[in-house]
Amino acid sequence: MIPVSAYVIVSAILFVTGLIGVLVRRNFIIVMMSVEIMLNAANVNLVAMAQHLDSLAGQILTLFVIAIAAGEAAVGLAIIIVVFRGKLATNVDQINLLKW
Amino acid sequence: MTQIFFAYFALVSIVTGILTVSLRNPVQCGIALLALLGHVAGLFVLLHAEFVAAVQVIIYAGAILILYLFVLMLLNLKAEERYFHRRYAWYVVGVGALTVELLMVLLATRFEGAKGPATVEAVEEIGNSMAIGIVMFSDYLLPFEIIGVFLLAAVVGAIVLAKPPAVTDAGAEER
Repeated sequence: MIPVSAYVIVSAILFVTGLIGVLVRRNFIIVMMSVEIMLNAANVNLVAMAQHLDSLAGQILTLFVIAIAAGEAAVGLAIIIVVFRGKLATNVDQINLLKW
Repeated sequence: MTQIFFAYFALVSIVTGILTVSLRNPVQCGIALLALLGHVAGLFVLLHAEFVAAVQVIIYAGAILILYLFVLMLLNLKAEERYFHRRYAWYVVGVGALTVELLMVLLATRFEGAKGPATVEAVEEIGNSMAIGIVMFSDYLLPFEIIGVFLLAAVVGAIVLAKPPAVTDAGAEER
């Protein structure tokens, strides 16, 4: 029997990895992949807590998170295609059109 | 036995997560993310969430990640010389300090709370998919419908955004 804290710690490490990816990488698509890592960490946490507390709410929330991730990927990749078409840049520090 | 599987899935998912944020070639990052998603699905199976594990493999690894790889190859991105931010070391140090704090808080926490009705035995009796379906279409019906509208909006938004720009000459009729 694995204690729930083990899952929570794995999820915390995954979340921090994704956070570092968002902060550190320059490529926009890799930044979005790091966001997916963070969402996955949240999913692990939700499912672990659902099993620990004998409730199905966490698993259902996980399904909703997966749906949100699908929408986020679709819209984000459409945005990066538009930006790439106009400027030929996919690095987040080169996309500064709206920078004040 | 469960401990061995947990150690394997946890270790590989952490290692592939680190590879995803540190590899140079974007396509290799995508492949590492694919391995991460598969092993997280393994963690879900260990947690008796078989339906979520199947959805993770089918939708995450099968659809979302293919979308990422498709766009990566469409844009034909090359591996770059300078693929990190300029001051990335400061970010890593800051987040590392946050991690230490977070792990200390988590290790000190006792995870307790009111138990629900869905014990492992009760769920196994009717099957995980059926148990999720019963709860989702009764208690969570409104969020389910909202997710449907959200996905429709995302699809329409993605199509409108990625459409080629309309040609607008002085004489031409604007499409």
